[in-house]
Amino acid sequence: MSSKKIRILVAKPGLDGHDRGARVVARALRDAGFEVIYTGLHQTPEQVAETALQEDVDVVGLSILSGAHMTLVPRIKKMLLENGMSDVLLVVGGIIPEDDAEELIEGGSADRVFTPGDPLDKITGYISSRFE
Amino acid sequence: MQQLVSELLNGNRRAAARLISLVENDDPQKRELLREIYPHTGNAYVIGVTGAPGSGKSSLVDWLLKELRRDALTVGVIAVDPTSPFSGGAILGDRIRMQDHAMDQDIFIRSMGTRGSLGGLSRATREAIQVLDAFGKDIILIETVGVGQSEVDIVRTADSTLVVLTPAGGDSVQTIKAGIMEIADIFVVNKSDLPGAERTATEINMMLDMKSDAPWRPPVVPTVSVANEGIEELWKSVQDHRRYMEESGRLIDVRRERVSRELTEQVEYLVKSHIWAQVKEEIKLDDLVGKIVNREQDPYSAAGELLETIDFYGKDT
Ligand SMILES: Nc1nc2c(ncn2[C@@H]2O[C@H](COP(=O)(O)OP(=O)(O)OP(=O)(O)O)[C@@H](O)[C@H]2O)c(=O)[nH]1
Ligand SMILES: [Mg+2]
Repeated sequence: MSSKKIRILVAKPGLDGHDRGARVVARALRDAGFEVIYTGLHQTPEQVAETALQEDVDVVGLSILSGAHMTLVPRIKKMLLENGMSDVLLVVGGIIPEDDAEELIEGGSADRVFTPGDPLDKITGYISSRFE
Repeated sequence: MQQLVSELLNGNRRAAARLISLVENDDPQKRELLREIYPHTGNAYVIGVTGAPGSGKSSLVDWLLKELRRDALTVGVIAVDPTSPFSGGAILGDRIRMQDHAMDQDIFIRSMGTRGSLGGLSRATREAIQVLDAFGKDIILIETVGVGQSEVDIVRTADSTLVVLTPAGGDSVQTIKAGIMEIADIFVVNKSDLPGAERTATEINMMLDMKSDAPWRPPVVPTVSVANEGIEELWKSVQDHRRYMEESGRLIDVRRERVSRELTEQVEYLVKSHIWAQVKEEIKLDDLVGKIVNREQDPYSAAGELLETIDFYGKDT
């Protein structure tokens, strides 16, 4: 009877200027059967967390090209936790050095980090695998 | 579960969000939840916004929200976008235009995919309205997909229906999708900054004047939703319509019709699930199908025989 669909918020926090990459990822996620809530550019961490709450998403995907990932990601993670959304998978995509990625994951802020070289089906595959 | 409902009634936004997911996902506890919520519903006024893809529905909702908030009304928004019939996935992008309100505690916005429903809303939209109604929202704004096979869904759901048209492409009113003229309580000619807007408005007005016997004559409101033009007038028109609905008794009538339809649907649902539960328990449907395929039986008498084996008054659902 139950017909759960995985819902993913694709958000662009921070000040970067374009969202081409995020749109491509959003489309790939839709084509993989996910429900993608897309909110456009220039989201504050507060907006991201509040949208995740109202939309009751299972995954938050952050696209960050501005270099501000080390402040944005932990901040958003903290707000999600404050909202009682500790189960939410937090995935980050962007130009993120390996050391930073490791730190984000080990610090418990992000579940997984993808970089521009990663093929799309790696992203969709990872998310699918987390909800099997 | 009771916990979730009482949190909802206490204004907890996470509870509202979770409850909408539960009804949308057809959770086994859905009916129980809706039953608990129901006594707390019936206070919200529901406004539907429909129109072709890209006509400016989300931008209009964004501006309307500003008007509503100026009147200190609390608002729930349900924005429906199409689900891909191929993947079952969807991109729900209406929120992009409503970001100014993301942090307003008195506005709750929820995006929904149609998930296979064809009428411009999703199957769970009406149930989500009930959640937001019980949540205490004064107004609930529904943005439809606008490519529904029929617009019946929104008329049956909303107390006031706004139909958004545009002058784009010089489309004459004659080419407007059949059925759309009948459902509008208010016509919005959005993108009135584009050429042809005046002609579009004039044509709609002419068509409306031809059937002048209706007790409510829908106004035609030009707007430019990217420039905040005409929005105040639009909100005034909505308020006029609401007053008409309330004072004429029409609101009570349409809500009665809605309840009567809901009751019928619920009875049909219960009968169906009651019957199928027994059919599946007692009869091997596959065997029957095999027989019918082999022409040893026909579907008409097989269905009749199936029903005879069912104990209609036996167990409860
Ligand atoms: N010129 C002009 N463009 C407008 C106006 N209102 C909206 N638009 C543009 O029309 C496009 C679609 O606007 P939306 O508000 O997203 O339209 P919608 O009906 O919600 O679209 P869907 O939800 O995809 O069906 C956007 O690019 C807007 O900038 C207007 O009054 N004038
Ligand atoms: Mg829209």
